[in-house]
Amino acid sequence: MKITLKVWRQKNKDTKGAFKTYQVDHASPDMSFLEMIDVLNTDLIKKGEESIAFDHDCREGICGMCSLYINGHPHGPLQTTTCQLHMRTFKDGETITVEPWRANAFPVIKDLVVDRSAFDRIQQAGGYVNVNTGGVPDANMIPISKKIADEAFDAATCIGCGACVAACKNASAMLFVSAKVSQFALLPQGQVERKERAEKMIAQMDAEGFGSCTNTYACEAECPKGIKVANIARMNREYFGAMLSSYEVSSGGGGE
Amino acid sequence: MKLDSKIPEGPLAEKWSKHKFNLKLVNPANKRKYEVIVVGTGLAGASAAASLGELGYNVKAFCFQDSPRRAHSIAAQGGINAAKNYQNDGDSVYRLFYDTIKGGDYRAREANVHRLAESSVSIIDQCVAQGVPFAREYGGLLANRSFGGAQVSRTFYARGQTGQQLLLGAYSALNRQIANGKVQMYNRTEMLDVVIVDGKARGIITRDLLTGKIESHSAHAVLLCTGGYGNVFYLSTNAKGSNVTAAWRAHKRGAFFGNPCFTQIHPTCIPVSGDHQSKLTLMSESLRNDGRVWVPKKAMPGLKGIDAVKVPESERDYFLERKYPSFGNLVPRDVASRNAKIVCDEGRGVGSGLAVFLDFTDAIKRVGEDTIRAKYGNLFDMYAQITGENPYKGPMMIYPAVHYTMGGLWVDYNLMTNVPGLYALGEANFSDHGANRLGASALMQGLADGYFVIPYTVGDYLANIGWADKVGTDHPAFKEAIQSSEDRMNKLVNIKGKKTVDEFHRQLGLTMWEYCGMSRSEQGLKKAKQIIQDIKKEFWTNVNVLGTTTELNQELEKANRVADFIELGELMVDDALARAESCGGHFREESQTPEGEALRKDDEFAFVSAWEFKGENQPEELHKEELRFENVKLTQRSYK
Amino acid sequence: MKWLIDLFSSSLGRKVVMALTGLFIILFLAVHLIGNLQLLKDDGGEAFNVYAYFMTHNPLIKIVSYVNYAFFIFHILWAIALTRKNREARGPQGYAIKNSKGIWSSRNMGILGTIILAFLIIHMRQFWGEMHFGSVPLKTYGDHEVKDLYLIVGAAFKEWWYVALYSLAMIAIAFHLWHGFESAFQTLGLNHMKYNPVISFVGKTFSIVVPALFALIPIVMFFV
Repeated sequence: MKITLKVWRQKNKDTKGAFKTYQVDHASPDMSFLEMIDVLNTDLIKKGEESIAFDHDCREGICGMCSLYINGHPHGPLQTTTCQLHMRTFKDGETITVEPWRANAFPVIKDLVVDRSAFDRIQQAGGYVNVNTGGVPDANMIPISKKIADEAFDAATCIGCGACVAACKNASAMLFVSAKVSQFALLPQGQVERKERAEKMIAQMDAEGFGSCTNTYACEAECPKGIKVANIARMNREYFGAMLSSYEVSSGGGGE
Repeated sequence: MKLDSKIPEGPLAEKWSKHKFNLKLVNPANKRKYEVIVVGTGLAGASAAASLGELGYNVKAFCFQDSPRRAHSIAAQGGINAAKNYQNDGDSVYRLFYDTIKGGDYRAREANVHRLAESSVSIIDQCVAQGVPFAREYGGLLANRSFGGAQVSRTFYARGQTGQQLLLGAYSALNRQIANGKVQMYNRTEMLDVVIVDGKARGIITRDLLTGKIESHSAHAVLLCTGGYGNVFYLSTNAKGSNVTAAWRAHKRGAFFGNPCFTQIHPTCIPVSGDHQSKLTLMSESLRNDGRVWVPKKAMPGLKGIDAVKVPESERDYFLERKYPSFGNLVPRDVASRNAKIVCDEGRGVGSGLAVFLDFTDAIKRVGEDTIRAKYGNLFDMYAQITGENPYKGPMMIYPAVHYTMGGLWVDYNLMTNVPGLYALGEANFSDHGANRLGASALMQGLADGYFVIPYTVGDYLANIGWADKVGTDHPAFKEAIQSSEDRMNKLVNIKGKKTVDEFHRQLGLTMWEYCGMSRSEQGLKKAKQIIQDIKKEFWTNVNVLGTTTELNQELEKANRVADFIELGELMVDDALARAESCGGHFREESQTPEGEALRKDDEFAFVSAWEFKGENQPEELHKEELRFENVKLTQRSYK
Repeated sequence: MKWLIDLFSSSLGRKVVMALTGLFIILFLAVHLIGNLQLLKDDGGEAFNVYAYFMTHNPLIKIVSYVNYAFFIFHILWAIALTRKNREARGPQGYAIKNSKGIWSSRNMGILGTIILAFLIIHMRQFWGEMHFGSVPLKTYGDHEVKDLYLIVGAAFKEWWYVALYSLAMIAIAFHLWHGFESAFQTLGLNHMKYNPVISFVGKTFSIVVPALFALIPIVMFFV
């Protein structure tokens, strides 16, 4: 296959970037998209040009590191991760445009690499159950309905790649945040801190500068793991419930 | 130097509890005066960093990825073993211990493995409390399945993404400590060296992958939780970034490397499709429960799945069923892998020549396509997506691939290397799996080490040295280590040769796969050693790394890692040469039974090999830790 | 009270303002339509004029109408604030190629809203302004003397350009509702496997039927 690639090149976060056009003359339909870029990079190095920087690691669709915006879609035209996209999806002679994720909260570091540390900070704000190692009850102590456990699992399969933010016209991170809020809102282990968790994670999400959800559902349509927008509704419910009813216990032992 | 494994005295089942009591404790008020470095944030690293933070130590954690959540533990599919006996099918701590020792072909320490089996029970409790959504039965209790040929159902799972869910659980515990200020997290930061002063590990040297800045971090103890080194083969099921650098630098600073040649090769991976191939994808071995493995009796080069249906039954060789009538397609990983290689070496491989069929036709006839779809639909879809072929229309093609490394840094019972204060956890150490790892045991070991072993053992070391026993980063040893790391980076970008890093890596990988892969011979290994030495020489004179050292430079990162893989490759070959027996994943052609099965030599080789670095381009020295089996009787495996 | 400010200034809270005010305006639309349908009664405008009088003089309705004005203003101001905030979140560098998935109307609520706002200004100026501040001829029904708004409406609906503008605006409203109705429920977290299909059906029916009936009135009056 012959492919024309238009790739965003940017030296570092402080310089302006631009598209550069490359020809890949012998791509094979069996190559993954990332392998095609590997081949191009080898060609570039041989010509003395620096290779294209892009994030990737597991190359089996689970680590969430790969993050290319291909022909107007995060992770390309299929609902998979970039590493699971193969060249047979494209036509011989096609021109493919490759861009980094775009969002204010995801600044470009170099070429196609962006900084997604905002996601970590949101998780640090409350994406956990406060239990120490050891001293926990037996795993079968609390039965959990299979349906609830399955639904919690579905939410928990989020890989944190950021395709939802990249796809959203408002760069909203609500699908990502709601997946974690949902997982814990559904499970009995998450009940104790349910309200504080929703409040804190959403406050951090806003502080990072992500946009609001306007229910276009582009995130769900592009999510490689098929996370559902029903999670966003659940998060909304959790948040309003929390904001309207949670209160802080005064430190004086019951009122001043 | 005498290797002391520090295995406690007493009956097997009491060793760990007695040992825990004998370990010294750190006064709660003093814990905040200690600093611990954790390198790597997979199951072992994240769980260790979180648990130590909870105890009150100050932890610095490092990962080379953009977030701790990306560590390759996330890709584990099948499940995690635990001796809960929830199924009332006769499981027990002792049975899990026994299966693991036997599965490891008697090349692991009894005491370590028993402790692992004991801890397995608490791991499941811990993960459930963190909100890990394990699979459940309709009654609301946890579901189990039998895995990897085990005779009891002790595997807990979360669909095909158990590793992901467990890692995200450990990541959430880690996040909690980051939020509490007890763990300081360094993302996109790679460890380049370990600093040793007065014989103790005192800190590490790191490179900020975004700015290229080389920095030093000092601490009272250093924990390496950096995973395995399967990428020495270039093609493996490991993540692209998985590397041996942290462990290798520790080795070169004095830590012994244990059993480097023990690698696990997984039989059911998607075959290589061409020279562009960058990594291999594993498909769950549960596929072998219903699929039949075969190749044509007479070579039919280039045969594809879609045409295979036309091959008459009489022309097919179901070689696993033929050779192992009682276990058939369910023989252990190493046996299945080696036999696939044998038929392909005979020229009977299908597709590219390096593949065998995994055929579901009979299963579909027996139970219907819908049942097969319900059981394996996601795997069939994955296969179709990667290969572009429809596995419902013709058999799948599979081939073995490197999956896990049982070898790693040598550690004692406390998970400490022979360098005081330097620990290795999870896949990075050699400890619990012997010569072959059982399915669903990697997750168990990573979490056992991090949650339930290291919080005790590291405390003992810290209490013994005292908090004042620390060296600042202004010490000359740190300066020297920074200088040598900077020199190395500068050297790599200044070679300006002709070949890319990947070309060297691929060349190394092919050599390792050919001579130190599924089947090894003295002659081949000797040849491999020569080739690897040549690769090393050429690498340091002809590699081409563009860009500078002071920016995000992915080629430089790769070059730095590949340089270490080359050196490790040579040590693996040395180890494979020294171990002139066949055991587990290590098959020496010189040591086989008349029927061509692996032949273990317990009187000569019942030891752990621990290699000591003696200087650049010097032969390494082999130390042997004798393995004593007081509780199990050594038997030859047979699957006929 | 800080929590209340936090609530309504958060990204989710802003959306709640949009949803709640939106749902109120949807209710208002239904009431407005009932009134407008009086125009079609063949009584020379009596029913419509009496209705208009009632709507402008009943104290309870007056209070509700002020709330309604306020909600309109909130809906618009919050929409502007949200849009600005969301633009900022997207960042200065856009994509070169965009093949957005998702429903067209949901991605263009701002444009649709702007069209509706433009119409609203003309509409208010023409009828509401006249009714409240203009000199509308009086008409007597029994012993009641009321403003003859019917006369003004009838005249306006004989202008072809106004009927066209009106119909166009109703199309915009239909699209706006197509997204807005269901979306309000999602934002408020009123999402349930069992009731989602009902919400969806009611929302889609409402967003077609109501604007269609609104548009039908001027068209009928233009031709009759």
